[in-house]
Amino acid sequence: MSATSSAAVAVELAVSARQVRRTFGEREVLRGIDLQFGRGEFVALLGRSGSGKSTFLRALAGLDGGVEGEIRVPKRRSVVFQDPRLLPWASVLDNVVLGLSGRGVSGRSANDKGRAMLAEVGLDGHEQDWPKTLSGGEAQRAALARALVRSPQLLLLDEPFGALDALTRVRMHALVQQLHARYRPAVLLVTHDVDEAVLLADRVLVLTDGVISLDVTVDVSSPRLRSDPAFIALRSQLLAELGVDESAEGHHPSTTTTENTPITTTGALQ
Amino acid sequence: MTAIQTHPGGARLARTTIGRIAPLDVATEANDTVDLVTLPTGSDRTHGRWHLPRGVVRLSGVVVLIAFWEVAARAGWISKRQLAAPSTVLTAGWDMIRAGTLQTALRASLSRVLWGLAVGVPIGAGLALIAGLSRIGDSLVDANVQMLRFVPIIALQPLLVYWLGVGETVKIVLIVIGVAFPIYVNTSAAIRSVHPGFHELADVVGLSRIQTIRKVVLPGALPGFLVGLRLSLAIAWLLLVFAEQINAKSGIGFLMIRAQTFFQTDVLVVGIVVYLVLGVLSDVLARGLERGLLRWQAGR
Repeated sequence: MSATSSAAVAVELAVSARQVRRTFGEREVLRGIDLQFGRGEFVALLGRSGSGKSTFLRALAGLDGGVEGEIRVPKRRSVVFQDPRLLPWASVLDNVVLGLSGRGVSGRSANDKGRAMLAEVGLDGHEQDWPKTLSGGEAQRAALARALVRSPQLLLLDEPFGALDALTRVRMHALVQQLHARYRPAVLLVTHDVDEAVLLADRVLVLTDGVISLDVTVDVSSPRLRSDPAFIALRSQLLAELGVDESAEGHHPSTTTTENTPITTTGALQ
Repeated sequence: MTAIQTHPGGARLARTTIGRIAPLDVATEANDTVDLVTLPTGSDRTHGRWHLPRGVVRLSGVVVLIAFWEVAARAGWISKRQLAAPSTVLTAGWDMIRAGTLQTALRASLSRVLWGLAVGVPIGAGLALIAGLSRIGDSLVDANVQMLRFVPIIALQPLLVYWLGVGETVKIVLIVIGVAFPIYVNTSAAIRSVHPGFHELADVVGLSRIQTIRKVVLPGALPGFLVGLRLSLAIAWLLLVFAEQINAKSGIGFLMIRAQTFFQTDVLVVGIVVYLVLGVLSDVLARGLERGLLRWQAGR
């Protein structure tokens, strides 16, 4: 990429995507997405189901060979999928350090790093467990440890809390905040949970019909509370952008979009 | 539903907001008393009857069958020429062990099966890897094997005898062929069914092709391979019995053929029992192998 276009940007870029397009057969899922964000920035990408948000994440992960446009991402990047995707035949520790040794890292130092990272996500003592013995939240924490142990410069989170119960999700939010504060990777969080996006991200994007239709900076003082007027205002703006009529929800404050989320976390942190 | 129960004027409310709250007819009319029933739970059962271990119960069925057979033979319901009594079979077996003939025969039979497995399993697994891991390998191998596996292996015998003679080789080759197919079919299916998400994961964490095969594909295909192994063990014994009928000079089958010519039904039954025990033992062995290698499936 030429230096001229990025000269105006003060921070070092972690992601630069230009005119990213993706079609599946007749269907144009991504219709020219431009997105840049810097090192350490936490970006949430909201969208209805089928809006192409996961497709975009997979494109940034390098998992989609059929995507068009220009994508520049750091070499060191990690993905946390919606499912924990732990190899059931490998111990939790072996899962975390998968692919870490070799390339100048000895197996022992990889294991040491893995152990330390597992302790950091609260899974010390589970190193030799089989993944099937973990609860859903534990498994997702192991997946988070696997992503972070590689010290990624870009962390891609593809609805990583979508399958978790409400209480576990609240704990995961806190853990992600904490880990982001410590390791400062650039993060792209794909989610359909508006509260989650406002709670965690510095910047929230909304993907509508294959283009980014809204790009807002989250200006809610921390600790971010769902009762904060700024929080409420931003949530309303985002819900409106997603086409959710809040007044129709009324007495029954679901803040998530139309996807089949099990329970919303509303109020759990207040 | 909770809204319905807490609203005294629920009936009217329901009528005004059709579609949002369920009609109340059921709740208001069901004003009769609640009949509670006690469901059977685990705590009832432990106080109940005393149970024999399942294995003992199952085994007793076999004992009853053998006892019936013994009684029938002694009472003369079964003629000696048709089927020897269990006690006669036992004596015959004991005599054969003391004379050493059973051991010699067993060694010959076992070695055929072991050779058959030692060659057939790697062939089946190797072909499965070639077919499962590369597109060219798939088109070269899979179509052919999938077609050939419908050939009843026994039908190959005349041709194999023509090529290889009637010695040991033909017996082992029959077992090799029979063993390779189930190993191939199950292993290649298992390789293909390794979750595509795991290949993505391998990509994301930067595993090389070799590492992906070693850490993702092979362990993922292991359960399928072991299923194939169990099937192929059963087939190996079956083909052993068949192969040992071809001009055998040693082995359990040889003993049985000889016994047949001398109307020794007791020795025939000894042979059958030995085959049975071998089959059961190899299945137990295969199950043990599964338990040992697939501990992660049970969760510990």
